[in-house]
Amino acid sequence: MALLQISEPGQSTAPHEHRLAVGIDLGTTNSLVAAVRSGVAVALPDARGEVILPSVVRYAGNAQPVVGQAAVAAAHEDPLNTVASVKRLMGRGVADVKRLGANLPYEFTATESQMPRIRTAAGDQSPVDVSAQILRVLAQRAEQTLGGELAGAVITVPAYFDDAQRQATKDAARVAGLKVLRLLNEPTAAAIAYGLDKQPEGVFAIYDLGGGTFDISILRLHRGVFEVMATAGDSALGGDDIDHVIAEWAMQAAGVTDDADHRLLRRLLRDARAVKETLTQADRAELCIERDDGSRWCDELTREDFHALTDPLIDKTLLPCRRALKDAGIRADDVQGVVLVGGSTRAPRVREKVAAFFGREPLGDIDPDQVVAIGAALQADILAGNKPDQELLLLDVIPLSLGIEVMGGLVEKIVERNATIPIAKAQEFTTFKDGQTAISIHVLQGERDLVTDCRSLARFELRGIPPMVAGAARIRVTFQVDADGLLSVSAREQSTGVESTIDVKPSYGLTDAEIERMLRDSMASAEDDMKSRALRELQVDADRSLEAVRAAVAADGESLLSNEERARIEHCLNELAAARDAIDTDTIKRAMAALEKATETFATRRMDASIRDALRGHRLEEFSE
Amino acid sequence: MAITLTETAADRVRQSLASRGKGAGLRLGVRTSGCSGMAYVLEFADDVGSDDQIFESHGVKVIVDPKSLTYLDGTELDYKKEGLNEGFEFNNPNVKDSCGCGESFNV
Repeated sequence: MALLQISEPGQSTAPHEHRLAVGIDLGTTNSLVAAVRSGVAVALPDARGEVILPSVVRYAGNAQPVVGQAAVAAAHEDPLNTVASVKRLMGRGVADVKRLGANLPYEFTATESQMPRIRTAAGDQSPVDVSAQILRVLAQRAEQTLGGELAGAVITVPAYFDDAQRQATKDAARVAGLKVLRLLNEPTAAAIAYGLDKQPEGVFAIYDLGGGTFDISILRLHRGVFEVMATAGDSALGGDDIDHVIAEWAMQAAGVTDDADHRLLRRLLRDARAVKETLTQADRAELCIERDDGSRWCDELTREDFHALTDPLIDKTLLPCRRALKDAGIRADDVQGVVLVGGSTRAPRVREKVAAFFGREPLGDIDPDQVVAIGAALQADILAGNKPDQELLLLDVIPLSLGIEVMGGLVEKIVERNATIPIAKAQEFTTFKDGQTAISIHVLQGERDLVTDCRSLARFELRGIPPMVAGAARIRVTFQVDADGLLSVSAREQSTGVESTIDVKPSYGLTDAEIERMLRDSMASAEDDMKSRALRELQVDADRSLEAVRAAVAADGESLLSNEERARIEHCLNELAAARDAIDTDTIKRAMAALEKATETFATRRMDASIRDALRGHRLEEFSE
Repeated sequence: MAITLTETAADRVRQSLASRGKGAGLRLGVRTSGCSGMAYVLEFADDVGSDDQIFESHGVKVIVDPKSLTYLDGTELDYKKEGLNEGFEFNNPNVKDSCGCGESFNV
């Protein structure tokens, strides 16, 4: 039986035509999924009521990888097989990853393509594979919650993600079997969540302070299009740093040193976090440390002291804010709205400082952890076609200019940064030498003038140009960017019509064979998924029988069963209770069959007894009327 | 002639109306389409027509157009949870049979 949701007036969709679409915030630390239900966008919780899914995946042998809190819990004991913060590796080449830091705890393997792979107990995993696992869990949660198959998803990405990183995100969705309706910039999603896209135009600042990173984006809304004017940030500054300064304060006061027991430090960090959260409401909070020698230190942290400790950190976020305003060429009072994103913006002090800097109260009513996913869900609902009267469709822009290499190692830009997509643009080029019959086209992305400073996306050749004097050939190069920000480039010699096209497979690129392998893998695990589902369903059936029979025995066992019969039933109950926890469906089925057989006569007697009860005291005539 | 809400359904509707910030009540109705004849309409109501019938159940205004009412008379709207999924269900005594998923029905 389908359960219905309330629609906006006049917008009920025909039965079976309401298309389920979700917004997914695929984050570095945490991920969320949200959907529009009864007209309101809400984040969807899992069975335990948790909305946030930690972006952590643990691989173990042939079993289905574990995603989320359970993987976080295991990270400590099994660091090599537990992958966290994989978003930092998306769309990166092996060389990039090495430069990002030797401190990543994983082992990387070399492959035929340039994509890095992480060696785990379940084989080598690419960042795309790992992200796909996170998406798969969120998609499953959404399908269970919404009661149907998803038509598609809007997935958010940071505004500064380049083509390769965006393509990698799309590939991850494909591996997870999810249709991407659109990739949406995270700050744009946050602005949509507050309905800022409904205004005619304006300039907005999105202040995003997460657990480990800080981002500020300046957006300009013009005729329904959000344009990213500037972004800045600090990739190593977040709420975790606030926990650290509190912990350091306590360690200093209590005379505990850095080389203290690992568990003590971990506990202290957890308590420091609790103090931080308490101080968003209360004026003071207590912190205690149990030293290695068993003695105990306790002290109270007042809100003033807390501010003195954390103000320097919050002030550090204002530097990138200043830089972003400068890059955008505007002043703080040009900003018409400030949106808060990220759990750390719950701190009242952060809100105060942001308000003082921009000279206006920031928008923070929507849960800052959920605001990006909620904006994405609103966009997904429109893209899926559930709002027939919504004509205005938010457009996105190209984050970095696209161009080709010309003589001298220079970049000729063809599509400028901030052009709205979808877009097609063409430019004519010519040959450099007499009798030149081929031209090599090198596609680049970036704002710099030199090829070496831009990111190389692809190279291809146009052959078969008839020999002519230099400068006589007319070669038209067309760049086309689809609604997802993905690029195809074609080159055509105008006089002969010879043509060559490339869909830009960013140079980190997955080879077709690799994509095929990943798709095969996802199909291979489909069977595992099906088996584990069958088992879980059977366990539920078993629980139901156990409960029913136990209740029946408790009610009528005394009057309707002989001792022998009763013992036989009790025995079968125990057998089934034991079999229920086994992972073998056949054992459970056998135990259930045995229980059914043992209770057959009991059931008949109960039925007879209840009919007798029902008839007692009535005359036959009453029933035959 | 009457249409009622269960208490759970009424609570849910009140919450939805509050978070939407406007609305005169809840509109129930039927229209033709779907795989088995008729389909339910469940919408927020901003306008009330002159022919509309209004019922009040647990403090929620239920608005029904007269044509739909003949198909819906005696219906109780319930709100149910099934695992992670939750939503509204029409308990309509006029229904003879419905399609497997319950989104459309015959009278």
